[in-house]
Amino acid sequence: MIARTARTNAAAGWKTIPLRISYRTQRYLFIYLTLAVPLLYFFVTRLLPIIYSFYISFREWNILSPSKPYVGFANYSGLFTDEIFRKSIVNTFLFVAVGIPGQLAAGLAAALLLQSIPRFRGFFRTVYFIPYITSIVAVSWVFRWLLMPNGWVNSALLNLGLDAQLFLLSPRQALYVIALSMIWQSVGFQMLVFVTGLEGIPAMYYEAARIDGANAWRRFQHITLPLLNPVILFSAVIAGISYLQTFTQIVSMTGEGGPLNSTRTLVYHIYKLAFKNFEMGSASAATVILFIIIFAFTLVQIKALERKVEY
Amino acid sequence: MTKKTLHSKTISIASLSLLILLAACGSGGDNKKNEGADQNQSSESKASPVSASVPDSGKEKVTIEYWQYEYPAKVQLVTELIKQFEAENPNITVKQTNFPYDQYNEKVATLVPAGKGPDVINLYYGWLPKYVSSGFLQSLPESAFPASDIERDYYPLVGAAKIDGKYWAIPTAVRTLALFYNKDLFTKANVEQPPATWQELVDTAVKLTEKDSKNQFVVEGLAFEPGAQLHHWYRDGLLPQAGGEDLSDDRRKILWADSPAGLEAFQYLVDFAVKYKVGTPGVFTDDAAAFKTGHAAINIDGSFRLGSLKSDAPDLKYGIAPLPSYKNKSVPSSFWANAITSNVSGAKLEASAKFLQFLTSKEVQEQWVEKVGELPAQKAVATQDKYLNDEKLGPFISQLDNSKAHFFIDETGERTLFVDAVNEVLLNGVPAEKAFQSLVSKTQKLYDDYWAKAGSK
Repeated sequence: MIARTARTNAAAGWKTIPLRISYRTQRYLFIYLTLAVPLLYFFVTRLLPIIYSFYISFREWNILSPSKPYVGFANYSGLFTDEIFRKSIVNTFLFVAVGIPGQLAAGLAAALLLQSIPRFRGFFRTVYFIPYITSIVAVSWVFRWLLMPNGWVNSALLNLGLDAQLFLLSPRQALYVIALSMIWQSVGFQMLVFVTGLEGIPAMYYEAARIDGANAWRRFQHITLPLLNPVILFSAVIAGISYLQTFTQIVSMTGEGGPLNSTRTLVYHIYKLAFKNFEMGSASAATVILFIIIFAFTLVQIKALERKVEY
Repeated sequence: MTKKTLHSKTISIASLSLLILLAACGSGGDNKKNEGADQNQSSESKASPVSASVPDSGKEKVTIEYWQYEYPAKVQLVTELIKQFEAENPNITVKQTNFPYDQYNEKVATLVPAGKGPDVINLYYGWLPKYVSSGFLQSLPESAFPASDIERDYYPLVGAAKIDGKYWAIPTAVRTLALFYNKDLFTKANVEQPPATWQELVDTAVKLTEKDSKNQFVVEGLAFEPGAQLHHWYRDGLLPQAGGEDLSDDRRKILWADSPAGLEAFQYLVDFAVKYKVGTPGVFTDDAAAFKTGHAAINIDGSFRLGSLKSDAPDLKYGIAPLPSYKNKSVPSSFWANAITSNVSGAKLEASAKFLQFLTSKEVQEQWVEKVGELPAQKAVATQDKYLNDEKLGPFISQLDNSKAHFFIDETGERTLFVDAVNEVLLNGVPAEKAFQSLVSKTQKLYDDYWAKAGSK
């Protein structure tokens, strides 16, 4: 575009300083400008709102009311004296603590098993991947039906001579049941990532180890795990962020983060503050806190990622 | 008495709406809002903005926007009604916008600050205090809706729409709760009549409960879902029936614990699940589903359920009976009402008031019962023989005189506290008395916070 303008200017014989930009520079300019368009979009729809929510978090911002007075840190201190908010933070960390290891272990196990079978690999890969592309709401409701007091799982338990369980209706079990459903749903994704990672490990390492007499466990411990390190960290970051943002499962399986707030997560709390109570100020303050948590979490992960992987 | 349906919102949608909202209410949104507020003030200072007759407004064309939540029967009827209204008032055009129930508040919250709000809005009465204290609504024009007329013609429960001495919204229809009972299950258990007293309800529910060899429910004697209608049953049913009071006259203090009746009613309610074990939460997912599929013999539910029972379970043989009573009679009721938003003025205000008058007219109330199934809000309309003698509608209407509608300051918040208190007893074995005390003090705190905020404005 710039090139054309420069040329037309020259053709019109305008008495301006001729734009002497080499073809190379023009090309780069064009590429950068093209790249800037999505960046601009990102800036307007992502960055600006983030900055704006910092601003809102210092105001009493009732969505329906025209006056939005500055209140300093009142929203923040209000949140931390709120027992339910503190509980939602604890719950969120519980989701992360249970979810990430669970998801990584399940995904890695599936990938290793898949690698060791000679046939039907494609079939199993597809089957394992289906949950990942299934709607969360649909999955949640199926879990709900299976786990309800007189549902299928409980009748199976009773037939085995065990006690019926409350599952989603129990303040002690609900969070873990939801975490389990999330692990189940993401196994396919993690499996694919790990399969790719495993295929990147040269077979000669294993051969050399075998010659040296290393058994399967030692080969896994000393070759597979260290060489998968970058993949594991990538998976952990992705899983971590998704567990920090747990929301749809809560709404679909326990309604309002119940029973007794045992499954209320930070994101659900933000949603409730913003769209049920109309308290955008508090909601933004909570969002800023979530932002800081995710930011810190990712920083730690990046630090860990930077560690040299030894071959 | 809102339906507790669940709906998914991925976090991306939530954040997207947040983004849209943030983008929209930069500087422009605020200005518009303030402008609107100013206009409103100036119009209020004019003498009676709405005149009963139609003088010169016939010349200019006015378009007003009406918002309600998506409920097929309602949307269909309102579309029809708008046609009738526009035929009568050729200079007024009404534009109807619908949102799914779960997103209703969200849409209001995101679109209003962007200056895209409605002129007339349909609201659950429990949301009114929040909308009023936020300055989102204007009180109904006194000339079109004199308070004395409202109090003469409407059922007293409509008083819940009166805040600071003024009416802010007016319903077309109201709803009450009643006892839904499965006739086949009653016959099977040799129970002839629906229970009429507290004790009879306990006895009947115990008799009707059926469990399999592994102690699992086959039939619940009484469906037990505290988050659905039971919390309403407590506040406006059991509590006053036992002789207790709900709120102080200034609506600032929760009086549940001021007499033994509060705890007695709470204990009575939780005993169905804890002591008599005739029902428990989550069986067949919820109370309405359990009743529909014949897995609950009795359910306490609202008149709004008649429609979905008709369409989803046409073969279910069920009857309706008034709620059992104790020392007094009392029944929970609720309503969706129409209100005018604060920045409507001039010709639009006139048109909006006219539309509201139309929506609350006798003819519309009649169409509303017949097509939506909700009860007429005006006594004279509801007590016509054709409705009183109706097998299904009759019991609901006969209770309207004893109906109460709790003044919610935070409908979801208050409901959650109640559900939590029941769960403490049910799941954590906390004594009912302790759970009840904590429920009262936590609910009181909600009220204190609300009034502190309302007072600071």
